[in-house]
Amino acid sequence: MVNALDPQNINSFSEASVSVEIETEDMTLNIGPQHPSTHGVLRLVAKVDGEKVHDVKPVLGYMHRGYEKLAEVRTYPQITTLVNRIDWVAGFSNEIPFITGAERLMEIEVPERAKHIRLILTEMARISSHFVFNGAYALEVGALTPIFYAMEDRERVLDLIESVTGGRFHPNFNRIGGVKPAAGAGPTTKKDIQDLPAGFYRDTKVAMQKVIEAADQFQNLIGGNEVFKKRTKNVGVLTAETAEAFGVSGPILRASGVKSDLRTQTDYLPYDQFEYDIPVGENGDCYDRWDVRVKEMVESAKIVLQAIDSMPSGPLQAKVPKVIKVPKGRTYVRAENPKGEMGYYIVSDGGLGPYRLKVRTASFSNISILPNMLEGALLPDLIAIMGSLDFVLGDVDR
Amino acid sequence: MTEVLIKVGFLAAVALNGAIIFTIMDVKGASWMQRRPGPLHVGLRGFIFPLAEILKFVQKEDIIPTEVDRPVFKWAPAYVMVSCVALFAVVPMSPTLVVADLELGVFFALAISSLGTIGVLTAGWSSANKYSLMGGLRAAGQLIAYELPLILAVVGVVIQAETMSLVGIVEKQIEWGVPFVVGGQIIGFLIFMVAATAEMMRVPFDMPIGESELTMGFMTEYSGIRFLIFYISEYMNMFILCAVASTLFLGGYHVPLLPTEWVNFYGPVVLLTKTAILGFILVAIRWSQPRFREDQLQNLAWKILIPASLVNILVTAVMKVGF
Repeated sequence: MVNALDPQNINSFSEASVSVEIETEDMTLNIGPQHPSTHGVLRLVAKVDGEKVHDVKPVLGYMHRGYEKLAEVRTYPQITTLVNRIDWVAGFSNEIPFITGAERLMEIEVPERAKHIRLILTEMARISSHFVFNGAYALEVGALTPIFYAMEDRERVLDLIESVTGGRFHPNFNRIGGVKPAAGAGPTTKKDIQDLPAGFYRDTKVAMQKVIEAADQFQNLIGGNEVFKKRTKNVGVLTAETAEAFGVSGPILRASGVKSDLRTQTDYLPYDQFEYDIPVGENGDCYDRWDVRVKEMVESAKIVLQAIDSMPSGPLQAKVPKVIKVPKGRTYVRAENPKGEMGYYIVSDGGLGPYRLKVRTASFSNISILPNMLEGALLPDLIAIMGSLDFVLGDVDR
Repeated sequence: MTEVLIKVGFLAAVALNGAIIFTIMDVKGASWMQRRPGPLHVGLRGFIFPLAEILKFVQKEDIIPTEVDRPVFKWAPAYVMVSCVALFAVVPMSPTLVVADLELGVFFALAISSLGTIGVLTAGWSSANKYSLMGGLRAAGQLIAYELPLILAVVGVVIQAETMSLVGIVEKQIEWGVPFVVGGQIIGFLIFMVAATAEMMRVPFDMPIGESELTMGFMTEYSGIRFLIFYISEYMNMFILCAVASTLFLGGYHVPLLPTEWVNFYGPVVLLTKTAILGFILVAIRWSQPRFREDQLQNLAWKILIPASLVNILVTAVMKVGF
């Protein structure tokens, strides 16, 4: 410490420029687990200096339900009930990779018609998930109206899913070797069972046209809004390299400019029979992530319309033994879910249920990028960036 | 003395009822824009639901957390309410139906409207909650930033009317034959409305509340009747600022072509109609726009609105001196 009154130091003090730096401590702001914008029970421990975020640490596990462990003590047909609760916004898509994995281990060839029905319902689940995103994201940047439009439009799609499977959110519709006969379609023992409810084709065509119209409406109402553009353009930019390094997948990765879609890269469902585009963003900012999802809704609707037109006839179920035992072996099946890549690693020891089931969910990998993206962001941007990642806590914690 | 009491009672009644009517307008407007029925069950197709709302809040427990600064926390809502009601005292509903026709009416109105900031800031500070604190500080920053364009926008009107009395300003507009918004103050009017929207903390300037970021901003810890007071004063503020805007820019209690000698009869109706039209525009904006970010809000105030209002003053002054 220099004594300012000491005559020896006077010289040096007169030369020194005046600069006072006030040292302020960062405030720790605990966002969540109960917070309107964390999509459930995510907790973020943020170090903030006023509005500026310096450091964010996501704390997970508030919704851990132990599905991987529970699966070990259940039979294969029982597990579909569990897994469609992982990402509940798109329940149907969670069943597909698991069931496909079990079928591959048993070497069962699934009938084409069952595959088509699976594909249609998966795409419907994707549309309904993106509807939820559209409403919720607008809510997070402060627009209160779009969620009502989104929910109304989503209900049309959910009604269709319900008419086929009997459940809006948790269909539990897949069986090993095919799909369940539709709800209200008559007893399964009948030879000529009706698999899809009456009027399904007609209703689907109408609903998919409405989806395309709704996507157009969202592009105008939300995407065309100047305030929305100001809030999302050049906010939370994610480069393709960072995204790939963190294992980010799905629409977030595509928004960063990487044309990666498991629907074209793997063959878990017959996507190669249809024509569709893979929307890709340019800047990797929040606006692109939103835009890619809206465009994906239109593409999904197009796939459904094509699948309806080219629906093959035939049985719903392949021949499977009465008691399902999966032979010894292991397999990993991955699928393009609405949130990104979802994969099941099934290890079977030849018993009634899997020896070990590892679930790779998209949201878990996607939110691992949060600390990296939120460095130096403003607090309102934190919400905008978090919302644009579109995660579901059930998908994060399992 | 009796006259003053009657006027004060009238003032409180009009301000409160205005707030309630604006609540109905906001909620019904929201349901109309969102393709849903809205409140339907409380009498008259849901149109008296604010009464049920008020009763509900009054019945609820008034929770005061242990860590709060008790007296400050308890009194903060009152500041906000008082600043709103006091502002209405100078708004004339007809040449005679005005509580206080002050010579410095405009000055009083602008001064008293910034009093509410103290209430909001103390509410945020005393709540012992980080979200409340951030909401309070955002509100303070926002109200300071938008107080300036608000005042500067009114200066144009004052120059044009050559008086600061609100009755005088309306009389001048009657004399001119057209309201000031047509007679050269259109930019001033727009600036005033934008700044007033920020002042009443409504979308797209609702960062102090910002429920997706700060849960409920400076109101997070409030419940029961104290929350009700904040809630009502938000709508009261909206009602009164709209009334001030219609007085300053839209000709107040008079519309052109109506006979001036009957102004005492139709004056209140005309003013309330103009206020309701402005209020409806604010409702439509609220339910169709996202929220700005805090720095964008400050940029808008300091880089666009304030220079624009200074230019507006300059042009008004030149026109006044030149013609």
